[in-house]
Amino acid sequence: MIKATIHKALNTAVGSMKLNVQLSIESGQLVTLYGPSGVGKTSILRIIAGLLSADSGQIEVDGVFWLDHEKKIDFSPQQRKIGYVFQDYALFPNMTVRENLEFALEKGQDKNIIEELISIVALDELQNRKPNTLSGGQQQRVALARALVRKPKVLLLDEPLSALDIKMRSKLQDYILKVHREYKLTTILVSHDIGEIIKMSDKVYCLEDGKVTKVGDSLSVFTDNRLSGKFQFTGEVINIESEDVVFIVTVLIGNNVVRVIAQESEIVDLAIGDKVIVASKAFNPVLLKV
Amino acid sequence: MIDWAPIILTTKLALVTTIVLLIISIPLAYWLAYSKSRIKPIVETLVSMPLVLPPTVLGFYLLMAFSPGNSFGSWLQDVFGIRLIFSFSGLVIGSVIYSLPFMVGPIQSGLSGLPNSLQEASYVLGKSKLKTLFSVLLPNIKPSLLTGLVLAFAHTVGEFGVVLMIGGNIPEKTKVVSIAIYDEVEALNYSNANMYSLLLFIITFIILLFVYLINGGYLKRFWK
Repeated sequence: MIKATIHKALNTAVGSMKLNVQLSIESGQLVTLYGPSGVGKTSILRIIAGLLSADSGQIEVDGVFWLDHEKKIDFSPQQRKIGYVFQDYALFPNMTVRENLEFALEKGQDKNIIEELISIVALDELQNRKPNTLSGGQQQRVALARALVRKPKVLLLDEPLSALDIKMRSKLQDYILKVHREYKLTTILVSHDIGEIIKMSDKVYCLEDGKVTKVGDSLSVFTDNRLSGKFQFTGEVINIESEDVVFIVTVLIGNNVVRVIAQESEIVDLAIGDKVIVASKAFNPVLLKV
Repeated sequence: MIDWAPIILTTKLALVTTIVLLIISIPLAYWLAYSKSRIKPIVETLVSMPLVLPPTVLGFYLLMAFSPGNSFGSWLQDVFGIRLIFSFSGLVIGSVIYSLPFMVGPIQSGLSGLPNSLQEASYVLGKSKLKTLFSVLLPNIKPSLLTGLVLAFAHTVGEFGVVLMIGGNIPEKTKVVSIAIYDEVEALNYSNANMYSLLLFIITFIILLFVYLINGGYLKRFWK
């Protein structure tokens, strides 16, 4: 169980902003922080990890206070024992894949965990390579494995998949879910990708301007409650064109482009680049094996 | 035939100075690279001063400070029995101060050039600052360390003003090659002066070439 109350004045590219959030995360949950860039998502992770100091607040993990501003408790990053996967992976260039993992071992810790993690994230073939000879997805797997060597209870992932292509993303999402379940982790993920969030997380915090605007399970947060769709997908509007009396909206869903007919009233709020839900109510979808 | 003592002395001075500098510069450069202290600009300026100051100025003040006629110099002599003036240890201290920016500069810029996340990743993995410095930061700035080492060494080899001011010209004690050259020219022994000069020229050329070869990756490519 993680309970956190965080207050922090941040200086962002667009000016100063007050971060004011409360999080409450059950053990074993995978929770996502969602919101536009510069809204304070990474700062929240960094404060939980102890890499950034909060102006005031409390962080309680499984009954232990990592941070309590009033009682002047503030654990160092070293004391907090978390797994952290950085956006740029932060692998040590001077060490091989294996050495990167071994570096994370605690004094006297059993070395078997290294073999175990290497095989979980399928790095056997790459273990003697240096990180800068690996692809983005491979580096990501190393970073994930390294973060788990100390057997942390909390895993923090800062947009771990943003630099990868869609196929690689989906593979790595599976790796993350696998270790999340296998090691019974409490995981906090920062992500922009609604598809990814719906696939992975139990709960999502939507952030805007340093504040939580919506909390809930991912499906209900991203799908409008008025809708009881039989099947629905989220996608991005890539084109809107008018055709006689109707409009044709082209939506990118994952890898697929679909064209949806819309009334003028439906497209007033829509612009290219918006995230939308494509849902159907009245018809039964047909499944064909390919 | 030339006297080899100045050459041996110069080599010894440059080696000792470089080792002392390495030990001092790593913590200093670390502090300069990561500190947000308000006095940082002042320390930075002081470290860089020898770059622009005439060596004689530095030498003059060190001479004043170390002279037994002064309070600091006499205190050193009374308490520790050390006399820094006209001695090898005095030369080392002078050279260390004089070559400090050549060692601190490359290490500091090497450290500042590393992504912060490397350091943070190590902390999050439970490693202390010291462990992080020696296992993560320093191994990843090897080219900067090499540049610092070699520049400090070569700069000490070529030093003249500071040495002359605080060391004087005592054979086998403080008479380094650069001073020996000056000496020979004064005595109109041009061929000896030429020998010393040529030697310095070749040594510094080889040292610097070596750095550029290594840091430019030429040697690695050659071996592959």
